Amino acid sequence: MNDLSTIEFDHVHYRAPSGTVVLDDVSFTVKRGEVLVLVGRSGVGKTTILRLINRLLVPSAGEVRVEGRATPEWDPIVLRRRIGYVLQEVGLFPHMTIGRNIGVVPRLNGWPEPRIHARCQELLGLVGLDPSTFEGRFPHELSGGQRQRVGFARAIAADPPVILMDEPFGALDPLTRAELHHEFHRIQDQLRKTVVMVSHDMGEAFALATKLGVLDQGRLVALDTPEVIARAGDPRIRMFLDALPPVPVISREAV
Amino acid sequence: MKLFNFWIAHRADMLSAIAQHLLLTLVATAAAIAIAVPLGIVAARRPRLGAVLLTFANIAQTVPSLAMFGFLVAAPLIGGIGARSALLVLILYALLPVMRNTVAGINGIDRAARDAGVALGMTPQQLLLQVELPLAMPTMVAGVRVAAVGGVGAATIAAAIGAGGLGDYIFRGLSMTEPTLILAGAVPAALLALAVDASLGWLERAMTPGAARSRRVTARALVATGIALTLIVMGSFAVSGRWGPRVIIGSKNFSEQVILGELLAQVIERTTDLRVERRLNLGGTFISDQALRSGAIDAYIEYTGTALTAIFHQPVSRDHTDVLSRVTAAYAATDRTVLPSLGFNNTFAILIRTADAQRLHLRTISDVAPHTSSLKTAFGYEFLEREDGYKGLVQTYGLRFAETPHVMDLTLSYRALASGSVDLIAGDATNGLIKGLDLYMLEDDRRYFPPYDAIPVVRTQTLAAHPELRTAIERLAGRISEEAMRQMNYDVDVSHRDVAVVAREFLNRLGVQSPAR
Repeated sequence: MNDLSTIEFDHVHYRAPSGTVVLDDVSFTVKRGEVLVLVGRSGVGKTTILRLINRLLVPSAGEVRVEGRATPEWDPIVLRRRIGYVLQEVGLFPHMTIGRNIGVVPRLNGWPEPRIHARCQELLGLVGLDPSTFEGRFPHELSGGQRQRVGFARAIAADPPVILMDEPFGALDPLTRAELHHEFHRIQDQLRKTVVMVSHDMGEAFALATKLGVLDQGRLVALDTPEVIARAGDPRIRMFLDALPPVPVISREAV
Repeated sequence: MKLFNFWIAHRADMLSAIAQHLLLTLVATAAAIAIAVPLGIVAARRPRLGAVLLTFANIAQTVPSLAMFGFLVAAPLIGGIGARSALLVLILYALLPVMRNTVAGINGIDRAARDAGVALGMTPQQLLLQVELPLAMPTMVAGVRVAAVGGVGAATIAAAIGAGGLGDYIFRGLSMTEPTLILAGAVPAALLALAVDASLGWLERAMTPGAARSRRVTARALVATGIALTLIVMGSFAVSGRWGPRVIIGSKNFSEQVILGELLAQVIERTTDLRVERRLNLGGTFISDQALRSGAIDAYIEYTGTALTAIFHQPVSRDHTDVLSRVTAAYAATDRTVLPSLGFNNTFAILIRTADAQRLHLRTISDVAPHTSSLKTAFGYEFLEREDGYKGLVQTYGLRFAETPHVMDLTLSYRALASGSVDLIAGDATNGLIKGLDLYMLEDDRRYFPPYDAIPVVRTQTLAAHPELRTAIERLAGRISEEAMRQMNYDVDVSHRDVAVVAREFLNRLGVQSPAR
């Protein structure tokens, strides 16, 4: 076991209960502090990869290891509390205030209330929302971008070493999205989490990834740094690159 | 105005009826929540099992409530009369809406919220308590609301099996065709239903996420509602003072029986220190007998002929002494004691309108036989079924009616006769309506009907525990003549006088003294 590798996929196959092969022999490693962005068409198995990591699913064959241990060996509750998850639909609890939402995992972990409160203030500041304004509000009183920020804050509240993000910026307008990309970098520079993110947007992948994977028909067809991917000749990768708008690729420096 | 006067005159009784009604509904609804919510959670988790559970609840819901109460009276162990079986029926009715809405509420939760809960590492129990139940709550409260409002309604019918509550007034009013009495029970029942509906509707809105800014308001309101309800229930129980040892007096569901029950109750209250609880208006012979057997009541007035044929299924006899001794023996064998007859014989009376009697010169049932092909008839359920009822009557007198008899509530059949909808009915010889509605009683010239002497029947066990009960009840022995009974029936049925007042005046005339209190 490599001390630096946090997540390992070792010849993972996944067959859905319906019999459809979703993942076909997928292998990769994510090292501590890396941001892996997985790109692919809808329904290509990107979300399945995330769900395999926090044991919402288990592989049909092969092994998914988190911190060196295969996921079936983990207590799923313990595993999930070590992994922050930002859902595509955000999934804030509509009956809880923003403060309660962010404090969910710390509360599950039995933190004392003053510490939860302090953590919540800190995180709201981190994601750029004024704590005194937002802590007592309910999710339906927030805009889509604000909810995404809260979803992210909730995922990292108990300081998990790993964060999974499922198209977290998918439903946002381009300006808000760019703003959140910027926030993401600022936060990631501070926190150095291991991140696995799923996206269908190559532009977003180039903006955020330290490592970029391309999925096609259940197979990982490319896995490398964004720079190498950008020069690739494989048609299955080129089709994503060609779909990019004819403006300069939004890079970290451009934001 | 009459209605308000009635309420004011009976405020203690009203309050206790409302409390009983509310308590019945509350306990039934609470029990239904305790049962249906866990079942609903299971049903939401396991759709196939859920379908079975919901089907069962659905079937329970479709059985008409009166039929359900009827089943339960006869059912062993769980059955009988009184609040316990009524609760059982009310709980069964409340199950479906609560369970269905629990399932719908849980299944209707935004998938993303549930997924987020799982992904954040909630255990199934934490997910249920922190996410699923709170989000399903408005839907569940809506189900409770349906159940509680339905419960207030169904609880009025529960009075039919002696569970008390506001239905008592309605049933008594129906059997006396007294609108004031019906309204006295129906109006508060309707208001109660509206109040329950409004308060739970408000709670439902308060619990919907987004509508309520602060959950603390909801919690505070819940506590306030709970305290208010407890106070109402406890306060009215205190007013009606129903703690302590007591005997329970029952009666069947027609005016004479209610009057006799009231007489029995008052004579006990006047001459002993026993507390009396009234379970009047229970239902027919069958229900009253079951109640006495099971101990749900301690005493009621039965008629010898009815006991012989309808309860003990023995062949009809026309000899007063023979009937009384056989009935006494049969009751003794089932732990019940017959006390001396009250003095009147409430035999069946074949009734026609006085005008018809005069026009056709009819005096006896034999006289009417040649005319039967043109007569329309209506009979009560019991008369049609009984050994000493319709079948034998037709055979004995060779009656051939134009059409099959209408089956009708006994009291309503008097009205039907008076209004000309039917031409001949079988009533009771002591019914006050005979005088009030100008009806004519045909003589039973072939002595078909057996004697129906009114006798107090008391549980032997109760008599042993309270020997003074025998002395008290025997003060009525032989003191009520047919005329006296018909007059009291007339006072209640036709003059719409209060049963308690009529009974009190009668006891005063008999010289039954209240002990100085």
